Amino acid sequence: MNSIKKYSGIIWIALGLVVGYFNIVMMGIPKIQSGKQEDLVFAIINLFILTPIITGGLIVFGYYALKGEYSEKD
Amino acid sequence: MSKPNNIRSVIIASSVGTLIEWYDFYIFGSLAVVISTKFFPQDNPTAAFLSTLATFAAGFVVRPFGALFFGRLGDMIGRKYTFLVTLLLMGGSTFLIGCVPSYDRIGFLAPLLVLILRLLQGLALGGEYGGAATYVAEHSPEKERGYWTSWIQTTATAGLFISLLVILITRNVLGIESFEDWGWRIPFWVSIIMVIVSFIIRRNMSESPVYTKIKEEGKISVNPLKESFGNRYNFKFVLLALFGAVMGQGVVWYTGQFYAMSFIGKVCGVAGQQTDTIMAVALLLGTPFFIFFGKLSDTIGRKKIMMWGLLLAVLSYRPIYNEIYKTIDVSKKTVVAEKIISKKGKQIPHTQDSIITTITSISYSDKSSNELTVKDTLFENGDIKPNKEIKKSISLTTNNYWKLILLVFIQIIFVTMVYGPIAAFLVEMFPAKIRYTSISLPYHIGNGIFGGLLPTVATYLVTTAKITHQPEWYLNGLWYPIIVGAVCFVIGMLFLKNDINHSND
Repeated sequence: MNSIKKYSGIIWIALGLVVGYFNIVMMGIPKIQSGKQEDLVFAIINLFILTPIITGGLIVFGYYALKGEYSEKD
Repeated sequence: MSKPNNIRSVIIASSVGTLIEWYDFYIFGSLAVVISTKFFPQDNPTAAFLSTLATFAAGFVVRPFGALFFGRLGDMIGRKYTFLVTLLLMGGSTFLIGCVPSYDRIGFLAPLLVLILRLLQGLALGGEYGGAATYVAEHSPEKERGYWTSWIQTTATAGLFISLLVILITRNVLGIESFEDWGWRIPFWVSIIMVIVSFIIRRNMSESPVYTKIKEEGKISVNPLKESFGNRYNFKFVLLALFGAVMGQGVVWYTGQFYAMSFIGKVCGVAGQQTDTIMAVALLLGTPFFIFFGKLSDTIGRKKIMMWGLLLAVLSYRPIYNEIYKTIDVSKKTVVAEKIISKKGKQIPHTQDSIITTITSISYSDKSSNELTVKDTLFENGDIKPNKEIKKSISLTTNNYWKLILLVFIQIIFVTMVYGPIAAFLVEMFPAKIRYTSISLPYHIGNGIFGGLLPTVATYLVTTAKITHQPEWYLNGLWYPIIVGAVCFVIGMLFLKNDINHSND
C-alpha cells in the first residue's frame, strides 16, 4: 500500500499540470479574448482562483506522496 | 468532559449562531434571480444572472481568508470571543445588503456595495464554522464526537431551509409583484433580529475546556499560521484533508442543495414557488440523516461513510439529473389549450424601439401547465426581432412534484453521508493548539471554492452547451462535480485512514 501511495504521487503531479494547462490554454485565455461578459466571469474564476489552488495544491500533494510523507510506519 | 446536559446547551448555543450565519449567507443565493434584476444592468439578463452568481461566489472565495484571519484569532485568544465577532460581522453585512438602493437609482455603486458586503459575509463565515465545530468537539465525550458534531453539520442545511421558508412566507404574504419590487429585502432585514438573539445566547457561554486547559498549561500557539502551514508535518495533513475529503464533500453539498435548485428553476423552468417547496421538503426530510450518519461514524469510522457517499453521488448524478429534466420537459407533451393572457409593449429608453412582452398560458394533457413569457423587440421601422428572451414557468402535476422531491432527497442523502461525519473527522486530524486554524482553511477551500463556485461554473457549462446545440446540453454542468468528486474519492480511498482518533489534545 505504501508503494502505491508513493508512486501515485506522479499521477497527482501530472494531473495538476494537465489541469493547469487545460484551464489556462483551453478554458482561460480564449474565454478572456472572446469579449463576452459571461465568458470573462468564467475565465477569471478559472485562471485566478481554481487553477492556482488545483494545480499548486496537487503538485505539492503529489510531491509529498512521492517523498513517502504519507507512508505508514512499520 | 462535559455531561450530556452541558453538551446540549453547548450544542444549542453553537448551532443557533452557526445556523443564522448560514441563513445570512444563503438568502443571497436563494434570491439570486431577483437580485440580478435589482443590482445589475438589464440589457443582458444572462450576463446579469451570471454576475449575480459571481458576486455570490465572491463570498465563497474570501472564506479561506476569513478562515486564516479568524482561525488564528481563535487559536490565540479563544474560540468563544472569535465567533462572537464573526456573528456580528455577518449579521451587520446581511442587514445592510437589504438596504442598498437598486441599480436604477445609484448605478454601478449598487453592485459595488453589494460585492463589498458580500465579501464581509464571506470573511465572517470563514471564521465561524471552524470555531463552532472545534468548540462542540472539544466539549464532546470522546467516543461520541461524530454524533455531537453532526448537530453542527445540520445547521448549513437548516440555514438554507429557513432561508427558503422566510422567502416563501414573504412572497406569499406580499404577493409576487411587491416581493420582486421591494419585499425581497425583508429576509435580509430579518437577520438582524436573529443575530441579536444569538449574540445574547453566545455571550453567556464559557470557553472550551480543551482550550482552557492548554491555556493554563501555557501551550497556546504563538503563531498558529506558521505552525499550521509552515510546518511540513501539519501542512501535509491540511492538503490531505482538502484533496481527500473536503473537496469532494464541497461539490456534493453544493450539487445536492444549490445546483439542484438552480437546475430545476433556471434550466428546466419550474415555477419559483414549486422549486422552493421541492427543495424545502427534500431538505426537511433529509436533515435527520446528518445525525444518523454522524452517530454511525462513531462506530464504523468516518472514512467509510464519506467515501460511500462520494462514490454514490459521482455514479448517480447523470441518471438523476436526466430523470429530473425528462420529468419536467414539456416539449414532448400534448398541448390541450393555449391562450394569450397578456401582451404589453414598453419603449426602450432613448430609442423609438420597444420590447413586446407576451404571456401565454399553455395546458398539457397530463394536467401540467406552463406560463410562457416571450419578449420580442419591435424596431422603429416596424421590423421585429423575435425571442429576445423566453422564460418558462412550469407548474408540475402532483405526481411529478413528488417525484422531483424524491430525486432531490436522494441527493440530500449523499450530502448527509459526506457532510455528517466531516466535522469530527477534521477535528481529529489536528492538535488542539492549532485546530481552529488548521481545520478552517481546508474546509473553506473545499466548500467555499470547490463547492461555492459550482453554481457559477455549472450554469456556465450548461449555457455554453445549449448555445452550441450539444446533445444532452442540460447535463454538461455535472462534469464539474463528477470529476472533482471522482478525484477526491480516489485520493480519499488511498490515503485516508478509517481509524477514529479519540484523543482531544
